[in-house]
Amino acid sequence: MQFEFRNNRDVWAGAMLIATGAVAIFMARNYAMGTTLRMGPGYFPTVLGGLLIVAGLYLAVMGLRRNEKIGGSWSLRALIILPLSLVLFGLLMEHAGFIPALLVLTFGSTIATTESRPLEAMLLSVGLTAFCVALFIYGLGLPYPLLASW
Amino acid sequence: MELFNNLIFGFAVALSWQNLLYCMIGVSVGTLIGVLPGIGPLATIAMLLPITFNVAPVGALIMLAGIYYGAQYGGSTTAILVNLPGETSAVVTCIDGYQMARQGRAGPALAIAAIGSFFAGTVGTLLIAVAGPPLAELALKFGAPEYFSLMLMGLVAAAVLAQGDMIKSLAMVAMGLLLGIVGTDVNTGVQRFSFGITELSDGIGFIVVAVGVFAVGEIVANLGDPEERRVFTEKVNNLMPSWNDLKQSIMPIIRGTAIGSFFGVLPGTGPAIASFASYMVEKKVAKDPSRFGKGAIEGVAGPESANNADAQCKFIPMLTLGLPASGVMALMLGALTIQGIQPGPDVMTTRPELFWGLIASMWIGNALLVVLNLPMIGIWVKLLKVPYRLLFPAIMAFSAVGIYSVNTSSFEIYLTALFGVIGFIWIKLGCSPAPMLLGFVLGPMMEEHLRRAMLMSKGDPSVFVTRPISLGFMIVTALILVVMIAPAVRRRRVDIAG
Repeated sequence: MQFEFRNNRDVWAGAMLIATGAVAIFMARNYAMGTTLRMGPGYFPTVLGGLLIVAGLYLAVMGLRRNEKIGGSWSLRALIILPLSLVLFGLLMEHAGFIPALLVLTFGSTIATTESRPLEAMLLSVGLTAFCVALFIYGLGLPYPLLASW
Repeated sequence: MELFNNLIFGFAVALSWQNLLYCMIGVSVGTLIGVLPGIGPLATIAMLLPITFNVAPVGALIMLAGIYYGAQYGGSTTAILVNLPGETSAVVTCIDGYQMARQGRAGPALAIAAIGSFFAGTVGTLLIAVAGPPLAELALKFGAPEYFSLMLMGLVAAAVLAQGDMIKSLAMVAMGLLLGIVGTDVNTGVQRFSFGITELSDGIGFIVVAVGVFAVGEIVANLGDPEERRVFTEKVNNLMPSWNDLKQSIMPIIRGTAIGSFFGVLPGTGPAIASFASYMVEKKVAKDPSRFGKGAIEGVAGPESANNADAQCKFIPMLTLGLPASGVMALMLGALTIQGIQPGPDVMTTRPELFWGLIASMWIGNALLVVLNLPMIGIWVKLLKVPYRLLFPAIMAFSAVGIYSVNTSSFEIYLTALFGVIGFIWIKLGCSPAPMLLGFVLGPMMEEHLRRAMLMSKGDPSVFVTRPISLGFMIVTALILVVMIAPAVRRRRVDIAG
């Protein structure tokens, strides 16, 4: 029987948990452990990190036995474009104002799917931006400039 | 009759025109997101939370609650007509509801789902009214050990009863607890896991995690695996269930309500578990179990009542103890805290209008939902035809503006993007994010109570089993674990999940 690590769901889940637990314990070494009576700030995170590592090891071993694959596609397009549009939204809110930020965010979102159509994407992002301006700025009175100078 | 007077007082609050309007908005939004697959009450409430800053506390709570239980009604519509769960809690309804629709009985299925939900909602509301005050009184006697044991019970229940791998769920709870630690330690002022980033010294915002994982992460996952959405029934006519339908449904509705109420009070369990349990019970007690899966009306009546009873009863621990029994309840607590109200057992006496007004509004909301979901069913069916690619950009826009407006902070937007990616990876690896969120919410409180309990007992951990109330919670926790690890039950669990 040959093991396929690259797609083994539970092995990766285990690895993720072990890594998180290890980072937690590693960082918590700088925080005082204290005693059971007076627990220091390091006590709880260290215990949790240990738990994560144990659970991760168990999952990884089980994963080798069960050999379950990660299902579905990775939707790389959406995985890259959506977080990126959010980051751009954050940047533009600080430097360019509400309208440009939302235009970029909504347009970015509309093209994140493989089903996206160019004209529809443009219309939708303009429409959504207009709606949000009406609702949040005029309706709820959020104090953000529509257009900011750089 | 103190209860009676309190309820009248509650109705007076809930029937003011503003609160009635908030209730109306809440249940409409709830039905809408309930009908639409791919967006749940958690993400919606997180998105809309900032909007409630300017609303009075009672109105805000009424509206947010309406979204939550409204979604339970809406979810069944999609389950019956499209064979897709609009909400996870409606998964079971798909089985027999969709079969009924295929046999041309979509009308009665929808009607029974609404009637069952309404009955369950009424009972749930009454239960909160009756059980709330004595529970709050009891809660005033709670010390740090009791709170710790209670939270432990909730987290274990959440992990054990969650669908999927139990070890993964437990690990995700620990993951949430760890994320909850990020920030300044209250006792010593030490910065933990803040990577030297000033914005992180206050901890990670709950809304950031909720929207990141449950809105952004989910959207990415949905875009990867597009689902086909075919509305089976163009027009639903003949909504009236026959006399026979009603007779068949009465007992399942009552049983479902009881099951849902039981799971509802138990912290950490979602409405999906209650509806699964109800379906299993109905199948067990049926004279002819082979009818199930082929359009048995009991398979719609029971689970639909159960999930609504569960949704209502989730408010009991939140309102009486100030403890969130689920992610949605954590958001409700967040809404209260933002309004400057310290949640806990004394809310009932210091802010009676909040408690009784909310209860009364829930009953009104349930009645409104029956109207919204039956005569106006056509509107929701039309909305189902809106393709997902037009929908999710709106979710993104609302999420982004909502999060930004909490602290006017771009940093939180970046963090949301990060949690979107992390959440997507969790979903892909089969690690359910729901238990993580509960751990995240309870983490800081739990650590605080643990430390306090240890100080109280001078480092003696037996304090958790020598105080009677705490001992009770510990026994229940142990029972849950034992029962679930027992092999016979484990096999059954697989059946339910599969």
